[in-house]
Amino acid sequence: MRDTSFAPGRILIYLIVSLIAAAYLVPIIVVVLNSLRTSEEIAQTSMIGWPQRWAWSNYGIAWADFCVAQTCAGIRPYMLNSALVTIPATIISTLLGAVAGYAVSLWRFPGDRWIYGIVTLGLFLPQQMRLLPWTIVLRDVGLINTLSGLVMIHTIQGLSFTTLFCRNYYVAIPQELIRAARVDGAGFYRIFWRIVLPLSPPILIVTVIWQFTHIWNEFLYGVTFTTGQQQPVTAALIALTAAVADIPQYGVQSAAVMIAALPTLLVYVFGGRYFVRGLTAGAVK
Amino acid sequence: MAALTIRDVYKRFHSVEVLKGIDLEMDSGDFTVLVGPSGCGKSTLLNIIAGLERQSSGNIEIGGRIVDNIAPRDRDIAMVFQSYALYPSMTVRQNITFGMECRNVPRVQRDEAVGRVAKLLQIEALLDRKPGQLSGGQRQRVAMGRALVRDPLLFLFDEPLSNLDAQLRAEMRIEIKLLHQRLGSTIVYVTHDQIEAMTLATRIAVMRQGVVQQFADPETVYNRPANLFVARFMGAPPMNTLAARLEATRGRTVAVIGYGEAAIRFPVPPEAEGWNGRDVVLGIRPECIAEPTRHFSDLPGAVTTIVASVEMVEPTGAETIVVLRLGDERALGRVSPDVRHRLSETAQFAVDTRKISLFDPASGDRIT
Repeated sequence: MRDTSFAPGRILIYLIVSLIAAAYLVPIIVVVLNSLRTSEEIAQTSMIGWPQRWAWSNYGIAWADFCVAQTCAGIRPYMLNSALVTIPATIISTLLGAVAGYAVSLWRFPGDRWIYGIVTLGLFLPQQMRLLPWTIVLRDVGLINTLSGLVMIHTIQGLSFTTLFCRNYYVAIPQELIRAARVDGAGFYRIFWRIVLPLSPPILIVTVIWQFTHIWNEFLYGVTFTTGQQQPVTAALIALTAAVADIPQYGVQSAAVMIAALPTLLVYVFGGRYFVRGLTAGAVK
Repeated sequence: MAALTIRDVYKRFHSVEVLKGIDLEMDSGDFTVLVGPSGCGKSTLLNIIAGLERQSSGNIEIGGRIVDNIAPRDRDIAMVFQSYALYPSMTVRQNITFGMECRNVPRVQRDEAVGRVAKLLQIEALLDRKPGQLSGGQRQRVAMGRALVRDPLLFLFDEPLSNLDAQLRAEMRIEIKLLHQRLGSTIVYVTHDQIEAMTLATRIAVMRQGVVQQFADPETVYNRPANLFVARFMGAPPMNTLAARLEATRGRTVAVIGYGEAAIRFPVPPEAEGWNGRDVVLGIRPECIAEPTRHFSDLPGAVTTIVASVEMVEPTGAETIVVLRLGDERALGRVSPDVRHRLSETAQFAVDTRKISLFDPASGDRIT
């Protein structure tokens, strides 16, 4: 067999792939490096450069001391805000999506296709289009500038996605299982709890990863519907860059960005492993 | 007592009529097999009996109680599914007790019932395994266990053996029959396999296109099929159905196949007299055509010997299927494996004429 590893075509492919990878990685590398350089150093040399002195303190300052909009508590409170929005919204939207997906896939009822169609239609509406309606809703229910308001928005909007994903997973579950359980005497929720949910971990992990990263990284609603102390970390980062100082605080700001990106990274690292395991287990058959 | 009464049941899906007026009555202890080709409506009927689907009109009565508005769980039925439908995340024990769990049966009673059924089906060693760790035959047993543990008025089986290989299927068939004999339970069993229908049933309902063609005991269905469809569907190889005409010869009615010198004549029952001079379809089972030394009966006139040419032979080991030329038509016979026919030779065959069926060629209905 011919050894293809050093063929010219292959080298070219590797070259192109490396270039693309570099294009993606350079901004991250710059941020990582800057998060470890002092602001003075960045100001005196350039935005791009190897740290002359490792400035680990940037992380501590970004976490707890840096001043954002007149409050000097770092991004810690905003990280907490993000967690308080993301975790409940992820859990609730995933569970509701699982129940809804189960209902439209395994409990056929008149009009089920319509309901499924309308729910998933939400996926195709641009976010900006929904801003105004949400403003009216939040005002009317009295949740403007609250974390609960954001939880509500993300839960309801997340349903389109979670229902779609769960439904597409559940249609592979044989109808006979549901029929058998009905003859056995189980009702809607008992069948869900005892039979469908135990088969669901692979899809639940996918939806949780998706929902978590999307809600955590979401910016528009956070910046529109909350101000000051109620903002999630994505919105607070903007306020942080606007902080006035003698010299631009690039080092600390980079550290703050790194901290803010950490949770989604961790979810991918840990969840991804379960995800693959769930897929290979082949739970249904 | 009628364990199950199906009264004038129709089922329509939009404009398609799947069941067209089904009337059946089953007694307690009956093993009723609903048999027919795919799409005949037998599974739909079973689902309607179970309450998993709703009929468009008509009534279902189980144990003397009309159950049309009663949910499956309250119909006092248990069901075995084609795919077994074992709950994948539960152990065998949990699978069997799930129905009792849903009905809040106390733990002690559940354990006692599982023990009884596991012993009956010899699955004691499997109780703590998950369905994924079982073979096809074992899953089949567990699925039966889940039904048996409930001791219901009515058992419903939906093609329970069709996913097993031939050998296992034959074994399970025997076991199901033994179980029925032992427990005396009332069973409705759906299959497309006419051998299962013949071997298991005390009563067979042959269905086609949403209509029951015949509802009778296996012997009647086999020997006196109500119409050409039943005649051709039941039995493998199927009944020979040959174009013939009835004639009166010396005061007796005979069926004639073919013309002139080559014509073959079979005596038919006198009740067919009214059809003299008209065309009929003559049905005769392959096993009623055999080598001339075969002893069918001592009754005078029961056996007619014919001469026919052999078109093809299929030795199966236990017997040999011969394809004969009768008049212009082909017919199958089953001869002893010791008889060796050469192709296109002419040979003698004994025909047991007592089991000849006659059908109206226009409607396909049985004449006699």
